[in-house]
Formats: sequence, structure tokens, C-alpha cells
Amino acid sequence: MVVDFHFTEDQQGVFAAIKEFCDEELAPNAQKVDEAGVFPWPSVKKVAEMDLMGIPVPEEYGGMGMGFLTWAVCAESLSTACTTTGAVFGAHMLALYPIMVFGTEEQKKKYLTPLATGERIGGFGLTEPNAGSDAGSVATRAERHGDEYILNGSKIFITNGGDAEIYVVIANVEPGRGTRGLTAFILESGMEGFTFGKNEKKMGYQSLSNRELIFQDARVPAENLLLKERRGFRVAMDTLAVGRIGMAIGAVGLAQAALDAAVPYAQTREQFGQTIDNFQAIQFMIADMATEIEAARLLTYQAAWLKDQGVEFEKQAAMAKLFASEMCMRATSKAVQIHGGYGYTKEFPVERYMREAKLFEIVEGTSEIQRLVIANRVLKEYHAKKQR
Amino acid sequence: MNVVVCIKQVPDTTEVRIDPVTNTLVREGVPSIINPFDENAIEEGIRLVEKHGGKVTVITMGPPQAEEALRRALSMGADEAVLISSRAFAGGDTWATSYVLSRAIRKLGDFDLVLCGKQAFDGDTAQVGPGVAEQLGIPQATYVIEVEIDGKRMRARRVLEDRYEVIEMRLPALITVVKQINEPRHPRLKNVMAAKKKAIPVWGPDDIEADPSLCGLDGSPTNVVRTFLPERHHEGEMLQGDTEAVVTRLVGKLHKLELV
Repeated sequence: MVVDFHFTEDQQGVFAAIKEFCDEELAPNAQKVDEAGVFPWPSVKKVAEMDLMGIPVPEEYGGMGMGFLTWAVCAESLSTACTTTGAVFGAHMLALYPIMVFGTEEQKKKYLTPLATGERIGGFGLTEPNAGSDAGSVATRAERHGDEYILNGSKIFITNGGDAEIYVVIANVEPGRGTRGLTAFILESGMEGFTFGKNEKKMGYQSLSNRELIFQDARVPAENLLLKERRGFRVAMDTLAVGRIGMAIGAVGLAQAALDAAVPYAQTREQFGQTIDNFQAIQFMIADMATEIEAARLLTYQAAWLKDQGVEFEKQAAMAKLFASEMCMRATSKAVQIHGGYGYTKEFPVERYMREAKLFEIVEGTSEIQRLVIANRVLKEYHAKKQR
Repeated sequence: MNVVVCIKQVPDTTEVRIDPVTNTLVREGVPSIINPFDENAIEEGIRLVEKHGGKVTVITMGPPQAEEALRRALSMGADEAVLISSRAFAGGDTWATSYVLSRAIRKLGDFDLVLCGKQAFDGDTAQVGPGVAEQLGIPQATYVIEVEIDGKRMRARRVLEDRYEVIEMRLPALITVVKQINEPRHPRLKNVMAAKKKAIPVWGPDDIEADPSLCGLDGSPTNVVRTFLPERHHEGEMLQGDTEAVVTRLVGKLHKLELV
């Protein structure tokens, strides 16, 4: 086994370019982006102009053909610089990925290319008021009528909802059969019967769109069926597995931002006649933050690397998502603690980081669901050992 | 239109240190960047070509590691790059450098416009751009903030200390640009990747048919006798307190020094 922690020269060139872009174009506006309460189009357009939206997409469809590890490292930089833009970037992948993997040639030409170039933004609709962790309860109905499907129902909390133009939506062609009836469709904003509901007001990410998708006799051409009828659960699970890498790396990026804020603060804040970084109490928090960030980063890179190797990566992706999101909560909380009273004010970004961190423990599979996924895999591995 | 951009690789610092013994710039441990004004020149070149068609060729005279600066220019979107590098060019003053660059530009073939930054961050002479124009025998406009091309003519707006000056000239011509002319773009990933694959030819004196006696130290009429930073004078005395008291003390001091 060769373990090599070096990035290729191509990757290094890309990461240096992205880092510079993030530092100069995104980070200075991050606070304003959050306070604005509107979808961060200027930032998202800049990210698209940098060719970032389709990193793992083959070049023939307008992407960079560079794989998920490269994508993850770029996502990390985005999240560190501006978590909101990073979240848009992560949710975009949830539409792009299933079309890239399961789409027909026509679907890829029509939908993958504009998503890869960033000309259009994507979103993914699985969650419903009564179908969160329990994906089998999806009640959005899809019925075939001639050469189209008629969709009825609604989705909630959909990231990029209303601002994205291309959606992968999971509906049910056979209610009562749980996950076995699930079917994936590609929808475009503007399709007859497809509208958006209210934008959620949230604890953080005020400028991230999380809207309802509403289907009232929404007419979807049969050619927009993704993969096959009753194969939607697989589409959803595969997409969410990749999404977990995105969420994990988003959490790593945010935790890094917290450390990047906390250390310089500790080095300049004076108490008892010296800067507080001289105190072990502060040093230990910094050490824990830095160590946990590194651990989460490596776990996430490993998951992305496995994905690029075309081997099983789901367990590592779940582990990365679980560990990184809970680590992010701890790290951002410590960053507030290091800032003391100032950390609790809006004068410093760390209170925002802490609010934003909480999302990672919930979105795209709660920590509890990740533990189920991991335990399920681990138990199976041991079961297989016993059989041998 | 064919645009040639002349750039220089400089140390990434606004506080250039000088070795007191050798009188040269201390470069150890200082990362190198494209001279910031030259980035504006590259950006303007790319914009002009995006608008009018043609290609942008970026050249630099410098040591082998200056290739890094050319790669950066390619990743911004320049079409081609040439490194002009040889021991024979080392130690050149602004005149010898202008000569070498002008030979290289001639060698490139037909060109419509040569772009330079207004001056280099390290040397600060602002002489190489005008020198190249002189050696090429073409019109020039320095400190340009806005440029318009109309067929074979160009209109340039120059920033002077207290006013703008708009001048027109025939192409081919040379302009040096100020920072305010544009905002240099960040290299997009596709260009970063493409730039890595592009070949950057290295030209020596023979390639550009240069007279060796006009290159490098030999071709430099300027001799640098000594380079030094102005000595730091003692800090002034700060008078503090309420205005009236301070003014009274100040007037007292000025009288004492027989300055008033």
C-alpha cells in the first residue's frame, strides 16, 4: 500500500488559484453576504467564472474532469472563506452528481453541461414535512400519463430552492411500497405546476435559500425520468453519500475559519498583563481545535479519495460527515470561548460560525443517521468475518 | 490585433531590503510575483484581444525562475509567452533591458500594441517602457488609465498630476498603464491547467539577433555606484497638552531656535 499525502502538481496549481480567489474575493464579503438575507448571486457567479462548479465532471460536459478529492479541497476553501457560498456549492453538487452518474446522454447534454459550467445552479429535493430521516415516507406522488409524469406534493428546506433552475426530485410512483416506489426526476424551474413556497428563516445562513418545492399537477416529460422507475432510492442514497463528503468538508472549512479567527485574537488580546495565548487554558483549546480539524480533514479527504478510486466509500463518507460536523460544533464553540464576551457579540464572526456549525449535525443525514449507517456497515463487516 | 506585454518578476514585498555590502536587493526568502502594474498591463491586453480578436504574447527578461511569472500570465489568459534569458543579459540597466526587449518584440513579428506597467515595484525607474518604444521607433503614451482602439488608431487617456491628457496615435504603439486602468482577473481553473501544458520558449542573444555589446552589463551606460536607504533621523519632539499651552511652548521653542 502506498500512502502519499502529496497533491499532484495540477492539484497544487488549482488549490493555490482557489485559495487566492477565496482570500481576495469571497472572505472580505462573507459577513455582508450573511447579513444581506438574499441569495449570494455575485459570489456564486464569481465561483462559476473560476470554473469551480463542475470540477468532477468530464471535460466534454464542460467540467474539469478532476475528481472528488479536488472538488472537496476546493469546497473546503470556499467554506472557510464564505460558508454561505460554500453551502450553495455543496447543494449544487446534489443535482449535478446524479445527472452525471445516472443521466442519459441527452440529459447530460441538456442539464449536466449548464450545471458544470455554473451557467445554471442546481438543487436536490428529497425531504418532505413527514419524510426527513425516513426517506421511505416520501409522499410526493408521480403518475405516468402518456409521455409525461404528473407530480403532486411538496418538498421542504430545499437548499438553493427557488434560485436554482435545475432540480433532481425524488417522488413516489407507488405509495405504500416505501423506498421501493421512489423515482427520481429532473425538473426545471418554470415547468407547469412547479412552484416555490416560503423561504425558511433559520438560526444561521440567512442568505441561503431553503424553500418549499410545490408540485400541483406538475408536468414532467417522461424523458426527464432519471435512471428508472422505482430506482429513486438508489439515486438518493448515492447522491447523499457524495453529499456527505461535501457536508464534512464544509464543516472542516468552517472549523478552520474558527481557528483562523481564534488564534490571532488570542495572540493580541491582553489580560493579566500578557496576551492570552500565553495561558495553557487557551493553548489547550487551540491544540484541540487544530488536532480535531486535521483529523476530520484527513478522514474527509480519504472518503473523497476512495470515491475517486471507484471503491466503497460510503462508510468513510458517513464517518467523515459525523466526525467533522460534531468537531465543527466543538471548534466553533471554543472559538467563541476564546473570544470571551466579544465572541458572543456580532462584532466578531465567531458567533455566526457557531450558529452555522449546528446545521452540519442535522443536514443531509443527522448525526444519528450517520451513526446508523456506520454501525450497520461495521456490524456487517464483523458478521462477514464470522461467516468465513 | 497582436498585443505584446512586457512584464517583470519582482519580490513580493513593499519593503525591499538592500544588502548594505553588495548594494543589491535582498531576495532570499521573499516570494516572487509579477510586478503589480504589469498585471494590469496583462489584463488590459487580454481585454483588448477579447474585444478585438488577436492574441496576447507576454515576454519577460529575467533569470530562469521568471518562467513562473509567465505561467501566471498564461493562466490569466495570455495566449503565448517567451522567456528572454541568458547570462549575457545579466546586469543590464534600463537602456540595455529596453534594447533586449525591443529585439525580442521585433523577433515576434507583426505587432499592434506593446503594453507595460507604468514602473516596476522594485526598481521604480519607469524607464523601460519608454525605452522600448524609443528602440522600436514607435509612438508611446505613459501612465495610461483608459485606452480605445479604432482600427489602426489608438486613443489613450493619461493620468497626469493635476489633469488627464487624451492623446491619439497611430498603431503600432506602446503604452504603460497605471493600476486604476482595470482590476486584474483571477486565473480560472481551465486556464491554470492549460497554462501548465504550454511550452515557454527561452530566447538568448542569438535568437533575438542582439548585439552582445549592447546587452547586459556591457551594454549599460549606467553604473550604480551605491544604493542606500536614507538614514533615519531622530524622531521629532511631540508637544502634548491643551492647544493653547502647546502653541505657547511651540512659539517659545521657535524663538529660542531663532527661526521666527
